[in-house]
Amino acid sequence: MIISVDFFYLLVGLLFAATAIMNLRDRANPRRVTTFLFWGLYALVYLLGERIAPLWGGVLMVAMALLGGLNLVRAGSSSVPDEPARRASATRLGNRLLIPALAIPVVTMIGSTLLKDVKLDLGVLSGPLLDPKNLTLVSMGCGSIAALALACWLTRATPLQGVREARRLIDAMSWAVVLPHMLAVLGLLFSEAGVGKAVAHITTAYVNMDSRLVACAAFCIGMAVFTVVMGNGFAAFPVIAGGIGIPVLVGVYHANPALMAAIGMFSAYCGTLMTPMAANFNIVPAALLELPDKNAVIKAQLPTALPLLLANILLLYFLMYQ
Amino acid sequence: MHTAVNLWPLLGIAVVVAGFLLRANPVLVVIAACGVTGACAFMSPVHILESLGAAFIKTRNLPLILLLPLAAIGLLERAGLKEHAQASIAQIRSATTGRLLTVYLLIREVAAAFGLTSIGGHPNMVRPLVAPMAEAAAEARIAAAGGAIDDALRQRIRAMSAATDNVGLFFGEDVFVAFGAIVLMQTILRAEGLEVDPLKIALWGLPTAVTAFVIHAWNLRRLDAQIARAGALQRGPR
Repeated sequence: MIISVDFFYLLVGLLFAATAIMNLRDRANPRRVTTFLFWGLYALVYLLGERIAPLWGGVLMVAMALLGGLNLVRAGSSSVPDEPARRASATRLGNRLLIPALAIPVVTMIGSTLLKDVKLDLGVLSGPLLDPKNLTLVSMGCGSIAALALACWLTRATPLQGVREARRLIDAMSWAVVLPHMLAVLGLLFSEAGVGKAVAHITTAYVNMDSRLVACAAFCIGMAVFTVVMGNGFAAFPVIAGGIGIPVLVGVYHANPALMAAIGMFSAYCGTLMTPMAANFNIVPAALLELPDKNAVIKAQLPTALPLLLANILLLYFLMYQ
Repeated sequence: MHTAVNLWPLLGIAVVVAGFLLRANPVLVVIAACGVTGACAFMSPVHILESLGAAFIKTRNLPLILLLPLAAIGLLERAGLKEHAQASIAQIRSATTGRLLTVYLLIREVAAAFGLTSIGGHPNMVRPLVAPMAEAAAEARIAAAGGAIDDALRQRIRAMSAATDNVGLFFGEDVFVAFGAIVLMQTILRAEGLEVDPLKIALWGLPTAVTAFVIHAWNLRRLDAQIARAGALQRGPR
């Protein structure tokens, strides 16, 4: 393939390396050496990738977790124009400011639909244009580069200024940037250690499934609770569908399997809305929007997630023979 | 039924729950849970580190979606993108925070249902456009009543903007047949000997998708009422 995800790993690695070096040289940062170490180590993950031996990868991850967890990663100084200057610039550029911002979704969509099957055959450059295994990611990467180019052209800034701005945003999010990544690792370790099997064992052994309503409720709540714990509905679905959905709902009560699956996954999503473990949806946006309460997004989602979970139980109960 | 299921790794879950309840730093909680879970599954320290390292490298594609747009978005913020979004929403008199977010919820959910999940997202839509617009609409309402918005309400509006993006994405994408979750469900059911048409799974997602829209739109109406109260309260003492 011609544009593979490895290219974007390198770019992100360079971005983290730049973040690390800018922080090291920034005397306004109260923890500039440890901040440099944190982003520098993360840069290695992207620059070296699979060339890092698993053992050293583990050591690196633990070192990063300690640096981030002990509050040794801080933000440096940044210079954003003040509000009147930004207002003036907004009035001058007007709707043209939206062009680069909308370029990201537009290019991503074009890449993942129209250019999906485009193959090139130019001797050295041959194969699919975009990495087929990471199509959306690669399309979005191309969209981001297009947006950066357009933004530079529009605001007459250099790409280096773009890197400085990215560093400002990364600095503001701090360790929250790596939290989703580390939670994914924990999820994989959970399944390696058999946490899923243990949970399924407990729910099926201790919940009385003789009532159809209890079985429906156990299934939906089990999906949600297991997702709250794992942070990911995809991890919960096989466990709870295999433990309750297929043997009890389909096996005993003859529920429609398609309905059981659809409502099961949506119940898992109700769990996703309620858990700090789904950091990329709940904790990272709180950091990105500069909210002092890291759980503010979860609190905003509870009044939607809980009634929806109840609705799922009722929908499953009343529609299961359709 | 009582085959040897090792229940000790559940202690890993206990560590996560305790850590979040005690409001410990989440990164530390995760690494502690990794250690406890590994030890309970009788893995040696070297084996745990190797498992963590291999998984850490393998999942490094996850943060890309957050990181790639940052340079362009940062530049646009510098050039006044937020201010532009706020100025344009302030011109629309009928715009309230709740109505604006309901429209965004609808667009996000319908687009995701057609597989267009890249419309929206926290770094490229919510931070630069949706949240500033939602805030500006509330500011305009409260300013019209002669007051100023307080920080708590401002933060709640931002959190609601992020929540709206999540709800729209989650309950829209599962109605799209080619979405990964549907493929996952089909694969798992097939492994258990149940052959299910992916189209039917997508179709049976519709009742929940509609319910999710109704419930969240209702919560957005409540947000509007809260903003109106904040405005009325400030007008009161005059």
